[in-house]
Amino acid sequence: MVGLIAVLGSEGAEAAAAAPNWFVQHAFLIPLLCFASGALTLFFGKRTPGKGPVYGILALSAGLVLSLGVLWGIAHNGGNYEHDITWFTIGSLQIQLGYFIDGLTGVMLLVVTSISLLVHIYSLGYMHGDKRYTWFYVVLSLFTGAMLVVVLASNLFELLVGWEIMGVCSYLLIGHWYEDHANSSAAIKAFLTTRVGDVPFMFGIFALVYATGMTTSNIQVISETVAGGHVSVLLVTCAALLMFGGTIGKSAQFPLYTWLPDAMAGPTPVSALIHAATMVAAGIYLVARTFEVFIHADPIALTIVSIVGAITLLLAALLALVQDDIKKVLAYSTISQLAYMVAALGLGEAGYPAAMFHLFTHAFFKALLFLGAGSVIHAAHSNNMSDMGGLRKHMKVTYVTFLIGSLALAGVPPLSGFFSKDEIILAAKGHESWLAVVLVLGAVITAFYTTRMLLQTFFGEYRGTQHLHESPRSMTAPLVVLAVITCFVGLLGFAPVGAPFLDWVYFGAPEEAIFSPTVALISIVAVAIGLYAGWVTYRRYREPDPTLELGGFSTLLVHKYYLDDLYFNGIVRPIRDTWSAGVYWFNQNVLDGIVNGAAVVAYGLSSVTMWIDRNIIDGAVNGTGTAMETFGKGLRTLQSGKVQWYAVGLFAGVILLTAFFVR
Amino acid sequence: MIRLPLVLIFAALLFSAGVYGVLARRNAVMVLMAIELMLNAVNLNLVAFAAALQDVTGQVFALFVIAVAAAEVGIGLAIVILLFRNRASINVDEVDLLKW
Repeated sequence: MVGLIAVLGSEGAEAAAAAPNWFVQHAFLIPLLCFASGALTLFFGKRTPGKGPVYGILALSAGLVLSLGVLWGIAHNGGNYEHDITWFTIGSLQIQLGYFIDGLTGVMLLVVTSISLLVHIYSLGYMHGDKRYTWFYVVLSLFTGAMLVVVLASNLFELLVGWEIMGVCSYLLIGHWYEDHANSSAAIKAFLTTRVGDVPFMFGIFALVYATGMTTSNIQVISETVAGGHVSVLLVTCAALLMFGGTIGKSAQFPLYTWLPDAMAGPTPVSALIHAATMVAAGIYLVARTFEVFIHADPIALTIVSIVGAITLLLAALLALVQDDIKKVLAYSTISQLAYMVAALGLGEAGYPAAMFHLFTHAFFKALLFLGAGSVIHAAHSNNMSDMGGLRKHMKVTYVTFLIGSLALAGVPPLSGFFSKDEIILAAKGHESWLAVVLVLGAVITAFYTTRMLLQTFFGEYRGTQHLHESPRSMTAPLVVLAVITCFVGLLGFAPVGAPFLDWVYFGAPEEAIFSPTVALISIVAVAIGLYAGWVTYRRYREPDPTLELGGFSTLLVHKYYLDDLYFNGIVRPIRDTWSAGVYWFNQNVLDGIVNGAAVVAYGLSSVTMWIDRNIIDGAVNGTGTAMETFGKGLRTLQSGKVQWYAVGLFAGVILLTAFFVR
Repeated sequence: MIRLPLVLIFAALLFSAGVYGVLARRNAVMVLMAIELMLNAVNLNLVAFAAALQDVTGQVFALFVIAVAAAEVGIGLAIVILLFRNRASINVDEVDLLKW
């Protein structure tokens, strides 16, 4: 019954979208191109001139064009498009393979393909001469394809497949330089920590499939079923919270955010692609895609989402204050900015477009910041800001673009971060005033640590020992492109110029874009306070860092709230030292015992077989030969060659015959 | 008329002498001669029985044997000559190449 609705529903949707254009109908090509380029690079990469990146860059250029076409199609014709084929059927449960396209999908496609393309180009310079250069591009393509599958997936199982491929790829990329033990540990940590969130996510899927009467995992059908009100609120609430577990893991929210800073062990372009722009966005995207479930759950679910966002926002922003590693500052700021989106999603329909807009702008300026940091690291040969300083004189392009990215992150108008953060604060102000306060507080801290990072890296005197140089063209070009995008993309959500973004991405009905001068003023003041405080504190480089001289508070921050220690001593250690020891003992003594015992028995049996073979079978063969030889030796004496002996035989024979016959 | 048993005993003695010659002599010519002795012992038997039984078949057979014996001696002596040419000996003991 519900399956029937699914078919009717999707057909109805197709009919409503007045003739979706070619790009929308062929959107499935985008991830396929990525997978194809991954396979081509894997098999032919090393034999291709340039060692392989050409496939990925071509595929993503085509993907970017297709994505622009999709977004254009959506913007022009409106409506949604869905196309499914049946993947497999289990009893009444029909799992489909297909793609669903609406404004949100279009925007995400654009974000993923454009940033991934720029990262591909950037890596030409950054990864130049790496020993696993080709392999790096293989995984990069595969990763992008997986993210695109998540974005396009029309049902939850398909989404889960992309989600997990992404998990594997992030494991491979974080551990790209696995010769260093710290890197491989970080890869394992990222993989296992996100897995903690993936388990509830999977059970959330099961709960939603159960809610449809075990018929389908199609997101649209699930949304309609949940919205239809025939499903118990308790079940929907459970499903929503379980799904949110996946988001907490993948989008690095409290309490599972600990993996993301460690994941900075990977190459910097990977951090830009995975840990800023795309993979961590998947968690946010998941909530947005299944937003009907959250809306129709008990209000407590959305409140929990908001609270998690608010806690993460403050905790991560404070942690960014004490980091010396420039990538870790960015990592914590990513967590904090993702928390902004999560908090906004928790506001319900009002926060939905704001969250998505922040996701959109954040992807660009955070990719810009990571790539800029990569450029800095490339020059300074160190991740630590204590080894930097004064770089603005040596790296002009990096400096200007990084400055733009930083100001966007801080939320300085008219850069993109200002508009999206503003929208979130505006949405919060109307619904949950306490959240608005937290968000503004977060904006102050963000501006402060951004200033700290900027001043320590680019201002003052150079404290390192390297010969500084600007990065190659392949690295600066993506920076410039991203800086330009960062400057202007915010206007897409600016009410006075029409805010086209809100026409593409909305929940329910398109919302009227609002611009509140009050909120804008509050946020500008907050940013100004943060910037000024940062400038006063870090105008001159000080050793040790002032944020490390706040007594117990600094100790708490340096130890990352002891959360990592708690996980390590409370979960990893006990399991590793007791269960693992037990498993090890079991393996060594019982499993190996069985294996060794089997070997001993087999050895004994084969010795018996060997004895039989040697003595009886070979004995028969050799015995035959020996017997023949002995017999032949005996007979040979008869053949003496002496004619007269033969004659003796002849006569003797005659006599015998005669005696026999005559007798 | 001579009595048949006497002739047969004589022929048997003659044949035995031939057998001894064939088996015991080392000179190939002597061996051939011993074979002649055996053949003629048989001839003597044939002729004796022909006379005793009043049947000419025996005599005819004896004539055939004589003819065959002549041919046999011809070939035998030829072999002996070749043997002598090749090995400078007509000792049958030394002609033992045809063994294993």
